[in-house]
Amino acid sequence: MDGIMSKNNSEYLIERNDNVYEVVIGLEVHAQVTSNSKLFSSSSTKFGAEPNTQVSLVDAAFPGMLPVINEYCVKQAIKTGIGLKAKINNKSVFDRKNYFYADLPQGYQISQYKYPIVGEGNVILDMPEGQKQVGIERLHLEQDAGKSIHDVDPSNTLVDLNRSGVALMEIVSKPDLRSPDEVNAYIKKLRSIMRYLGTCDGNMQEGSLRADVNVSVRIKGSTDLGTRCEIKNVNSIKFMQMAIIYEANRQVDLLEEGEEIDQETRLFDTKKNETRSMRSKEDAHDYRYFPDPDLLPLEITDKFIDQLKSEIPELPDEKKKRFIDEFKISPYEATILVSDIETAKYFEEVVAKMGKNRDMKLAVNWITGELFAVLNNKNIEIAQSPISAKNLAKLINLIKNGTISGKIAKTIFELMLDGDIDPQIIVEEKGLKQQSDPKALEALIDKIINDNREKAIEYKQGKEKLFGFFVGQAMKASGGKANPKLINEILKKKL
Amino acid sequence: MTDITSLSLFELIKNIKEKKISSNEVAKSFIDRSEKSKKLNAYVTENFENCLKLSKDFDNKPNFDLKLPGIPIAVKDLFCTNEVRTTAGSNILNNFVPSYESTVTQNIWNEGGILLGKLNCDEFAMGSSNETSFFGNVQNPIAKDLVPGGSSGGSSSALAANLTPVTIGTDTGGSIRQPASFTGTVGLKPTYGSCSRYGIVAFASSLDQAGPMSKDVKDSSILLEVISSFDEKDSTSIDFKRNNYSSDLTKNIKGIKIGIPKEYRVDGMPGEIESLWKKGIEYAKDCGAEIIDISLPHTSYALPTYYIVAPAEASSNLARYDGVKYGLRSSGESLIDMYEKTRSEGFGEEVKRRIMIGTYVLSSGYYDAYYLKAQKVRQLIKQDFDQAYNKVDAILTPSTPSSAFKIGEKSNDPVSMYLNDIFTVPVNLAGLPGISIPAGTDKNNYPLGLQIIGKPFDEQTVLNIAYSMEEKINYKNNITDWWME
Repeated sequence: MDGIMSKNNSEYLIERNDNVYEVVIGLEVHAQVTSNSKLFSSSSTKFGAEPNTQVSLVDAAFPGMLPVINEYCVKQAIKTGIGLKAKINNKSVFDRKNYFYADLPQGYQISQYKYPIVGEGNVILDMPEGQKQVGIERLHLEQDAGKSIHDVDPSNTLVDLNRSGVALMEIVSKPDLRSPDEVNAYIKKLRSIMRYLGTCDGNMQEGSLRADVNVSVRIKGSTDLGTRCEIKNVNSIKFMQMAIIYEANRQVDLLEEGEEIDQETRLFDTKKNETRSMRSKEDAHDYRYFPDPDLLPLEITDKFIDQLKSEIPELPDEKKKRFIDEFKISPYEATILVSDIETAKYFEEVVAKMGKNRDMKLAVNWITGELFAVLNNKNIEIAQSPISAKNLAKLINLIKNGTISGKIAKTIFELMLDGDIDPQIIVEEKGLKQQSDPKALEALIDKIINDNREKAIEYKQGKEKLFGFFVGQAMKASGGKANPKLINEILKKKL
Repeated sequence: MTDITSLSLFELIKNIKEKKISSNEVAKSFIDRSEKSKKLNAYVTENFENCLKLSKDFDNKPNFDLKLPGIPIAVKDLFCTNEVRTTAGSNILNNFVPSYESTVTQNIWNEGGILLGKLNCDEFAMGSSNETSFFGNVQNPIAKDLVPGGSSGGSSSALAANLTPVTIGTDTGGSIRQPASFTGTVGLKPTYGSCSRYGIVAFASSLDQAGPMSKDVKDSSILLEVISSFDEKDSTSIDFKRNNYSSDLTKNIKGIKIGIPKEYRVDGMPGEIESLWKKGIEYAKDCGAEIIDISLPHTSYALPTYYIVAPAEASSNLARYDGVKYGLRSSGESLIDMYEKTRSEGFGEEVKRRIMIGTYVLSSGYYDAYYLKAQKVRQLIKQDFDQAYNKVDAILTPSTPSSAFKIGEKSNDPVSMYLNDIFTVPVNLAGLPGISIPAGTDKNNYPLGLQIIGKPFDEQTVLNIAYSMEEKINYKNNITDWWME
């Protein structure tokens, strides 16, 4: 096999002339901490409120106002650190990052610079070719800024400070990602872990999860890092992938033309699908970081960390392992079921309600098949599923014990959608119970054979394809309710 | 009865409690004298009408259990006061009216104090002569055209001129003690973390501390007891057991060890400061204290350290005054243009100078050489005191290297102005309590002060030494009311 590379499914390489480039990606993910109040004030963090209705004197930086750390946000950051299998630092420091902007009331952002609350950790990605570990460099807490609105008033910029002071976790990965697919998997895995922990809802539409994407390219096989560009504030996975593809190709083109890449900050234009230079390294802000004298260093005891560790729920990796071991489902199926905590919960509830005679295969297929299709169509989360886990489990049990056929089950499933109706009731009210009485079925089949004598003879003479015709007729005559297994058996006998 | 305004806070409280005088009479007296003293320019904002009304309210429903029963008090205009304009001596906050109250002033109102008005100060407390105020110079009641010190210059002037029974100032590098020294009054800077910084316009957060200013030591102890409190709204506030400073006050300091740091004998210090200090040592001995020579080896680095740390923090603390949310806004072509015009017009020269210095020392490439180095030196200065306190209970030094100077004398020479803080800044850098008490006069009959520096949270010992020495020194200001026609 010398010289032949096995093409991995998620690999992303750029070929130009005789050169093969790989792309090196590191992400700085900004995840909004799930918390009712802000990082240094008691204002609400609720999304979608009227502008400037969730702003305290601290958030608006009135004279003499002082920040007071929200302990809950600290706990959330530590929990996230634990979820990332990272080192929790006993001492961390809040710094001021100084710059002027209309939506930055203090004239500085309180962030953590030299001493973050969480140090190195890692995340496991399930890629088609196997598992991949991505290093976490650090996680730190910081304040969000407000929002400048440029397109409402023709001559003024309006400022909404509702978001000002909301707690963010900046999660910095090592430059371990190599393709848009891996970025997709990484963001989804991060989001999954944080949703399991309840530390970030991961809602990208509401801006709860955004990322700065660092991209560089190099000849595949090289271990040196190329000059990177940082693409600021990308707010969807799709845009991240598009930005990476554009940016990587731009850099390769430059290198192929013998030019150098400038280390710079770039913006992704989602309409034009291109990245544009925002500022070069020379124009980079001097943020004049220094420890915030209004806040003492954050000191966290091991006891405090241990207490939080004891509160950590089962996380996706462990859950996946347990699903495989306990429910004997495939790794692929387990990956799908654990990726979202609500799906995993739903699945486990279905399993529990199915009782002793449970059928895992049916449960997995109905959830990932019929149910997912409905959720997709309606564009809703599984937590809002129109069919409860309890009733889906009942439906599966009705199939399993032969009360209904899989085909009828689909009809019943459609009917259940309208108000989470108990499938048992539908079966009874609509008389959809599978006909499994051999005598009744024999009579029915006798009639069909009688009515189609010529076809029966043809079948006996070897035209085996006609067997399907008879099955169809029998099902039709029974209104779809006949037990297909029995029909098969009886037909074989009678013909 | 003698003039009400010449009474000490302690005497006023006593008279009010004994129903010899009413709160309203007291308020009227101070307001009347304040009205006649406009030439001092001590007030930025008067609250006289409201003060009279509130004093009547108090008299109608008196509560004599309070620590400041119906006592009118004017405060430095750096404390945010609910519904009363708060300027910090700056044009940029010229029309700023807070909707909230600082913890320190709230503590005063909670104990029955009534706001008399807001007192002039150097812009954002940056100055040593009150000459940087947007609202003009303040006269020292000691003599015409003499600075009252700074930054709490309006406070020291109003206090010495009997326009308020006591007052509160803030002290970042000496802004309580130096003006007290210049006006023959008492000023105490408590341990960092003793008084909440919540609602005080910030200058340098790691150094700022509010404190009492009064005509005698006992009054400072009464006021400290009221204003010092643990406050969850200030993360640097410290939850330690606070004394009942006024009832625990004693003149008995027998056996107390007082250190005399040799490094405070600075070059070019006037002979009269040297002799004042010597006199002070004798007074302390007379009081029963044991005098011990000590060394604070890093003293000479304190001033340069201070003038890196304080401007650095100030440059960041003052970034919020950008014309966007409150205060002055000048119109501009763009956001940056608006910022530039607002801040150019809103800030005075000294404030701009310190913002520039602070921005410079925090800049990348200079941070390590200046800010980081200064922080390390600050630790060394702190250690100097820690080591000294292994041997002594308190330290005695002059408060300032000179008496009050003439208005305009140093305003074009920032470095000579900064040198005024040479004995006071080490105390802020180390976060210690320090008091200035009047101890004599110079050849012009201008007051001179002595400083007593204590261990962290040991305001009581500082007050006790001051109380004991005060009796021996028996200093009296000679105020002629020259400013009244």
